[in-house]
Amino acid sequence: MSSLSPGFHGRRRSTSLTDRLPPGQYPTESFPVLSAGPTPRVPTETWTFTVTTETGEERSWTWDEMLALPQEESVHDIHCVTRWSKFDTRWRGVSLDTLLDDVETTAEYAAVHSYGGYTTNMPLEDLLDGKAWLVHTYDGYPLSPEHGGPARLLVPHLYLWKSAKWVRGLRLTPDDEPGFWETAGYHNYGDPWREQRHWGD
Amino acid sequence: MPLPWRTARLVGRADETATARTLVLDAPGWPGHLAGQHVDIRLTADDGYQAARSYSLGAPADGTRLELGVEPVTGGEVSPYLADDLPVGASVEVRGPLGNWFVWRPEQEEPVLLVAGGSGVVPLMAMVRAHRQAASTSAFQLIHSVRGEADLWYREELGRPDPALDVRFLYTRKAPPGSTRPAGRLTAADLEPALKRLTPAGTVYVCGPTGFVETAADLLTSAGQDPATIRTERFG
Amino acid sequence: MTEVSPHVDGNSLAGPLSDIFAVDMTRAWWRCPDCGSTGPLAELHVYGPDPGLTARCAGCDRVALRLVRHEQDTWLTLGGAEGAFRFRTAP
Repeated sequence: MSSLSPGFHGRRRSTSLTDRLPPGQYPTESFPVLSAGPTPRVPTETWTFTVTTETGEERSWTWDEMLALPQEESVHDIHCVTRWSKFDTRWRGVSLDTLLDDVETTAEYAAVHSYGGYTTNMPLEDLLDGKAWLVHTYDGYPLSPEHGGPARLLVPHLYLWKSAKWVRGLRLTPDDEPGFWETAGYHNYGDPWREQRHWGD
Repeated sequence: MPLPWRTARLVGRADETATARTLVLDAPGWPGHLAGQHVDIRLTADDGYQAARSYSLGAPADGTRLELGVEPVTGGEVSPYLADDLPVGASVEVRGPLGNWFVWRPEQEEPVLLVAGGSGVVPLMAMVRAHRQAASTSAFQLIHSVRGEADLWYREELGRPDPALDVRFLYTRKAPPGSTRPAGRLTAADLEPALKRLTPAGTVYVCGPTGFVETAADLLTSAGQDPATIRTERFG
Repeated sequence: MTEVSPHVDGNSLAGPLSDIFAVDMTRAWWRCPDCGSTGPLAELHVYGPDPGLTARCAGCDRVALRLVRHEQDTWLTLGGAEGAFRFRTAP
């Protein structure tokens, strides 16, 4: 019998959940906002998304050009490294396959950068083959600035810090370039199913 | 040497407002603290999960007795538990004292202005009490901004006449009957008379929610208060 | 206008940094290499606590330090992306 904070459970962590819950995660209904800096307010009039290849070639889209591309509606479970998972989140946006379709590259990595200075990184193959989207709509509504609007990256098979909020572009690079949290102790790849949370996991 | 986590037992809890509580802990071995300092409180769940948060101390050093002010955050992981669920007699872990920047020391002789937004009054109350305990003759002023009368902390204690302390309550949403000032947010006019009395150069301590502190700090610097004399503490 | 997850003050880093530093870090003086702002660590703007604590310059938001805690370890990064030190902070 411990008298140390009896009745404290933290946020409820269920052990009875299905095979949709990665190790060490608990399901939540809410959508917590985590921040590492001030929330940028990016007007869609000046918003652009730019892909830069290893040779310096650039491909850019304005907001309207991005909306003119084929749009996909998709539903995903998302997993935050802070241990919450949210099932069946509904998004609308453009597949990275569409954005990278006619980009010539031999690069193996992508350095993702955002308005406000946030960066993250991943192998390019994790952005392709229907695994990643540039999303602007969540649950039928425009994505709010707190959740990364006007547009964020969505890479649901990796921990959510990889799904960069306020995304403004990708640089395709021959070498991996660890980003904001990857240089500060978080895992370079971040697979929730292998519990790759921190360096050394 | 890192500061140790100590076991501290909850020995009392009092309602400050409908939601806010004062918690009294007994922390054996506590080394004492300065007015304005805070502690980290750590909770441990049965499965080993831990969560730690910072809380200001509301009273000056008094042996092993610690007084915290807790305003529960809706949906928060730690504050609702501390405010209403932790049983009296049970223990948490505490680490401190922390922070040597936002403090008032009894040897300070300059006049002081304390500006509190809501539960930001907690560390400032520790300064008020330390000032009284030291029988300090330096001029102390407190401006306490709250939504309405129901949100006042330390109502009885701050309501008592005290020649060494000038207290002003500001109501942002609903002023009590008979108030001369209409309800509204902190303005330059609210600070002006207080700053006039802050001579010779005095220190201003501001504590409250982030937005309140930003506003207050801007008003103070616009009024000519030297930024080097303004000490702020923001919480979420 | 409601700001979600606003910052708090560097003062709140006193506890977490006490795991690593022997002196009280809130009075540590810092100069921003971008905008030249100076002041004590207590006046930095701190975002977090999850997934980590990010302390930024109050003048221009440049990252001053980052702290990531996980079980027995604490990672400390001074500045932007220059690499972190990992400290074993629990037995």
